[in-house]
Amino acid sequence: MVATAERLVQENIALFEAMHQQAHENEPKRVAIVASKGTLDMVYPPLILASTAAAMGMECGVFFTFYGLNALHKKKSRSLQVAPLANPAAPMPVPNIIGAIPGMTNMATWMMKRMMGKQNMPSVAELVKVCQDSGVKLIACTTTMGVMGVKEDDLIPGVNLEGAAAFLDFASKAHVTLFV
Amino acid sequence: MSTAVTPDLVVDASRTLCPVPVIKARQGMDRLKRGQVLKLIATDPGSKADIPSFARVAGHELLSAEHSDKQFVFLVRKGGK
Repeated sequence: MVATAERLVQENIALFEAMHQQAHENEPKRVAIVASKGTLDMVYPPLILASTAAAMGMECGVFFTFYGLNALHKKKSRSLQVAPLANPAAPMPVPNIIGAIPGMTNMATWMMKRMMGKQNMPSVAELVKVCQDSGVKLIACTTTMGVMGVKEDDLIPGVNLEGAAAFLDFASKAHVTLFV
Repeated sequence: MSTAVTPDLVVDASRTLCPVPVIKARQGMDRLKRGQVLKLIATDPGSKADIPSFARVAGHELLSAEHSDKQFVFLVRKGGK
């Protein structure tokens, strides 16, 4: 008797899981990304992933927080730089301490931009535009705006202003969550 | 070989890297109707894996994937999603 009841329960659970899976199969996959870095090299990965997710028909939201918010800043997004200091991977064939010399940040940035240009990589502004045009939800962290004195007018148009709770609500239904 | 299929649109994403081939594929798909075929040309080695994934997730049908001399050529039929 007990064994039969247990088997019935197991079968029902399996059936329920199958129905649940079927019901959610046609839902678009959701991607939630936190973009927390503001250097040129670290702004690219979340934008590449977001634009690709949208191109694949996934629903994507990117939460730009702390220095990551620079990617949505009208002026700052045009002058993002590569930090050569304490970054042994920077594109400089010299000892890392050289990165502390004035002008080295500009030089590392110039080298990175030249390398990207040679490979026809889109600019940060172009990638942000692709994200917006393809329906990526770009979210500016309001705490960052307050702490860093960023006004809504400083940001590109069409950005959502939200806090952690709203993003977590969005991310809690995501299939992919990434922190960059 | 799927030379029998005539593409309705040809998109050349040569000499670009990820994410450009996938974005260009999507932009090409946006210009097609369901059932029409996109021919995508790419040189990014990642596209060999990326374009089939793009097609599968976005609900399109990958008809063929050929590569020769550092060039990848894909035929993708637009799906229903």
